[in-house]
Amino acid sequence: MRRIVVVGASAAGLAAAETLRREGYDGTLTLIGDELLLPYDRPPLSKQFLTGQWESGRLALRDTADLHALGLDLRLGTTATGLDTTARAVRLANGATVPYDGLVIATGVRPRRLPSENTHVLRTLHDALALRERLGHGRRLLVVGAGFLGAEVAATASALGTSVTLFEPAAVPLAQVVGTEVGQVFARAHREHGVNLRTGVTVSRVTEVGVSLSDGEFVEGDEVLVAVGSRPNTEWLADSGLTVDDGLVCDAYCQAAPDIYAAGDVARWHNPLFATTMRIEHRTNATEQAMAAARNLLAAPEARKPFAPVPYFWSDQYDMKIQAYGYLRGHDEVAVVEGDLRERRFVVAYRTGDRLTGVLGVGVTPKTLRGWRQALTSGTPWHEVPRVNGTGTPPTVESTATGVPR
Amino acid sequence: MHVEVELDEPKCVAAGQCVLAAPDVFDQRDEDGVAVLLDDRPGPALLDDVKEAAALCPAAAIRLVER
Repeated sequence: MRRIVVVGASAAGLAAAETLRREGYDGTLTLIGDELLLPYDRPPLSKQFLTGQWESGRLALRDTADLHALGLDLRLGTTATGLDTTARAVRLANGATVPYDGLVIATGVRPRRLPSENTHVLRTLHDALALRERLGHGRRLLVVGAGFLGAEVAATASALGTSVTLFEPAAVPLAQVVGTEVGQVFARAHREHGVNLRTGVTVSRVTEVGVSLSDGEFVEGDEVLVAVGSRPNTEWLADSGLTVDDGLVCDAYCQAAPDIYAAGDVARWHNPLFATTMRIEHRTNATEQAMAAARNLLAAPEARKPFAPVPYFWSDQYDMKIQAYGYLRGHDEVAVVEGDLRERRFVVAYRTGDRLTGVLGVGVTPKTLRGWRQALTSGTPWHEVPRVNGTGTPPTVESTATGVPR
Repeated sequence: MHVEVELDEPKCVAAGQCVLAAPDVFDQRDEDGVAVLLDDRPGPALLDDVKEAAALCPAAAIRLVER
């Protein structure tokens, strides 16, 4: 393999390129990114960057010397518009084609939008810059969607003195992901911090001066942020023959087709540890999956390894650091296994089928969470998961033989 | 020639990826999960683990410098 092309120059694309070099690949390595900026980190865009605490230089994922050392054919501000798997070439917006022997697809996602102008979304540095200059005392921000992104921006904006209203169609924010009880904890945190959280309401129209709700009410505001999820950037693959189904469909090795691998937000792959296909928009997955995909691309067929991670995400909201391991979506049951929800210091466990499939912690020590991660890795049956007793005191668990934390 | 590990603490997001990859070199503070360097000049036997940790860090907070 003498020519490898990586499409997507954010966290996953960069990690793929770095891993290829680290594993000894010394051929041509083309990294294509549609933004003009060198690879930068996105999680701070709703946190330290939005507050103004960090400037854009802090977001660089690597300094220029480290990037230079990778010996890349770096093509920024360049959009891939098509893929010809027979000719083995990526088509670019400017009409050029880039031939490859191996391809890593890491084109990520873009925000879903509402049919309206003059609203904010938050995905790029450019988006964050536009939003942050509109926050502060005396300003009214309307946030449509109380998922993790909407919630983080609400927390950050209200800390800056912005008057924030947060609209959520569900009765409890994030209930689909984290369960109703934990969602209520997050809802309470918003309200205690002065954010006007309005649940069970659907925004039907957005204008320059506010939003219309489906019951006819009009809520005035100065800025509107639409945070209603994202869509995988797969349109450029439409004629490629690759399978697209809410993401680029891959096998357990992150392979979409011979010599074509995918990683990060755009990739839907089969995770054997959870025996299901998933597409994960978590920062840590972008890197982990890109490293796995890059290694499998270079490996002999029998040396490839399935990508079987325990997914992890974190979210910073107000005084809460929320951390979760596993696959929470579609869970059948939630149980508090340590601490107390009211004190915002707890671990909850998620059951899917008859096994432990996820944990979420707020305000607990790293060692505690790592113990639970281990329990996930070993596929602990649900009936072996220790529960908090009636008083809210964590149980003492001596058994480690079953993979249950100390 | 040796490798020195640099940790940019304010960047750390407490994900703990470094501890999973290189438990002999990194730990996390109990109170906020921020990474702690146990060994800023890891020997050759630990280098692969440390490189993995630096690559995995979701905040680009770990840097390896050859001196």
